[in-house]
Amino acid sequence: MNLKGKVYKFGADIDTDAIIPARYLNTADPQELAKHCMEDADPNFPSKVKAGDIIVADKNFGCGSSREHAPIAIKAAGISCVVAKSFARIFYRNSINIGLPILECPRGVDAINEGDEIEVDLVKGLVKNLRTGEEYEATPFPEFMQGIMVKGGLINYVKEKI
Amino acid sequence: MGMTISQKILAKHAGRDFVEAGELINCKVDVVLGNDITSPVAIEEFNKLGVDGVFDRDKVVLVPDHFTPNKDIKSAEQCKLMRNFAKEKGITNYFEIGQMGIEHCLLPEQGLALPGDLIIGADSHTCTYGALGAFATGVGSTDMAAAMATGEAWFRVPESIKFVYYGNLPKWVSGKDLILYTIGDIGVDGARYMSMEFTGEVIDNLSMDNRLTMANMAIEAGGKNGIVAPDDITRQYVEKRAKRPYEFLASDADAKYAEIREYDVSKLEPIVAFPHLPENAKKVSEATHVNIDQVVIGSCTNGRIEDLEIAANILKGKRVHPEIRVIIFPGTQQIYLEAMRKGFIESFIEAGAIVSTPTCGPCLGGHMGILASGEKAVATTNRNFVGRMGHPESEVYLASPAVAAASALKGRITPPWEI
Ligand code: SF4
Repeated sequence: MNLKGKVYKFGADIDTDAIIPARYLNTADPQELAKHCMEDADPNFPSKVKAGDIIVADKNFGCGSSREHAPIAIKAAGISCVVAKSFARIFYRNSINIGLPILECPRGVDAINEGDEIEVDLVKGLVKNLRTGEEYEATPFPEFMQGIMVKGGLINYVKEKI
Repeated sequence: MGMTISQKILAKHAGRDFVEAGELINCKVDVVLGNDITSPVAIEEFNKLGVDGVFDRDKVVLVPDHFTPNKDIKSAEQCKLMRNFAKEKGITNYFEIGQMGIEHCLLPEQGLALPGDLIIGADSHTCTYGALGAFATGVGSTDMAAAMATGEAWFRVPESIKFVYYGNLPKWVSGKDLILYTIGDIGVDGARYMSMEFTGEVIDNLSMDNRLTMANMAIEAGGKNGIVAPDDITRQYVEKRAKRPYEFLASDADAKYAEIREYDVSKLEPIVAFPHLPENAKKVSEATHVNIDQVVIGSCTNGRIEDLEIAANILKGKRVHPEIRVIIFPGTQQIYLEAMRKGFIESFIEAGAIVSTPTCGPCLGGHMGILASGEKAVATTNRNFVGRMGHPESEVYLASPAVAAASALKGRITPPWEI
C-alpha cells in the first residue's frame, strides 16, 4: 500500500495534549476531534490540512496520555500516515489498533521539509522524498502487528479469535 | 538466566516459565480499567465484537473521574453511557460519585490492585500500581475493549532499567523529587518501551504513598511500567485491603538489565519541572524568581493522605498569598474523610485555599481551575505540556506538595525551608 501526500513537519516530543487537547475530550466523535487536531502545536493545522497529507515528526511522537482520541483525531483529519523518528509506546499501540499507518524512519525525518511531497510504502517500509528523489528505509512492523493491521485493527483481529 | 520482576509477572500470566525481553506474548490480565474519557470509546468497540458479557464482571473496573462531577452535557452523556454499560453487564467495580476517586488513588486503596497482578488500564498513569509490585501499564481504548471481552492482552516483554537510590534522603526531598530528578536525568523518552525498576536503600525506606508517586510518573519518561519489589511496607499496605490472594515476586540476582543507574540522593534538593516537559528539572533554589497565579495540590500523583499532611503542616495557621488561588483536591472520598478527621481540611480552608471533591478536573485542564493566557501554576500533578491546565499560553511547574504549599504562601516558587 503506497501513500502519497504533502508534509506537515513537527518537532520532538509532540504530546497527546498537543495532538488533541483534553478540553475537547468530552466527546469521542472523530469529526469533532478532527476540528481541533494539533491545535495547540499549530492553531491553523485543522483548517489547512487536506486528505492524504502526511505528518513528519521528530522523536517520541504521541507521548503523554493513553487517549486513543489522538490517533483518531489525526486519522479523521485526513492524515494518511505519520512518519517519525520514534513514537511513544501507547500512541504506537493505539495507532496500530485503530489502523492509522505509522512508520519509524529516523534518517528520513531530518531530510524531509515542511511542504515536501513524500511517498510511503508501508509494506516495504520505504519513505521517498519526491522533491529530492531520495529514499529512506523505515523500521518494519513486527509480523504480529502486521497481522493486526492486515485484519483492519485489533477488533477484527480479536473477533476472529472468539 | 534470571528474570526481572516484570518478566516474572508477564511469564506467569502467559502460562510460561520464562520470557525474554523483546518477545511478543499473550497474557491473561487481572484487572482491566477505564475512565469516563476512554471507556465510551472502548464500549463502542466492545459492542462491535458481538459478545454478550465481559470476561469477568469483578475484574473490569470503571471509574468516572476525569470530567466528573459532570462538567457539561457532553460529559454527562459519556458518564451515562458508562453507567448503563456497567449496569447492563453487572460490573461490580463501577464507582459512582460519592464512592469514586481518582482512579489511580482509588484502586490501590480499595485493594483492587495487588502485588504480582498484571493490570492494564485505558489511562497512561495505570503504571502507578507498580508501586505495589504489580505489572501495570497504560493501553488504549481498543485494547481495553478487547480485554474486557477476552480477559487477555498482547505484550512485548520490555527490557528493564534498574534505578538504585542510595544515601540519606534530605528533609523536604520526597518521592516526587526523586522521580522528577530521574526524568530530568534520562529525559521524557529515556525509558521508552522499557520497565523502570526502582530499588536501593532509599526506596526500601520509602512510604507506600511516595512509592505510588514515583511509579505514577514512569510514563513521563516513556516507561511501559514502573515497579518496586514488594516488601514489608507493601505487606502492611495490602493485607488489610486485599480481598483475593496476591503474590510477592522479586528480580533474580542474575536478571538482565539494559542499564543500571545509581543516584546518591544525599545532596538532592526538591525539584521543580519547568514548562513544557517533565524533563525540565531544576533545583527549587534555582526557581525562586518564578511568580505564580495558582497552586494545585492533588491528583493521582500527589493526592494521597501523606501529601495532604505535608501541605497542611505548611499551611496551618497561615494565610495563602492574597493574589494566589489555591486548589486542593484529595484523591478519593476516603482520603478526603481522613484529611477532615485529622484537621487538614480545616487548615486548608482557614489558610484561604479551596478543597474540591475528588476529580481529575484541574490536572488535565478539564474543569475546576483552568488557567488563562499568561498565567502560571505550581502543581503537584505529573504533566506540564503546552495547554495541559488551560490556555496554550499558560504555564505549569511541577513540584512536590511541600514546594507547592510553600509557594502558595509566598506567591512565587518557594523552597519549603523558607517557611
Ligand atoms: S489526576 Fe491527572 S494524571 Fe491522574 S488520572 Fe486524572 S487526569 Fe490523569
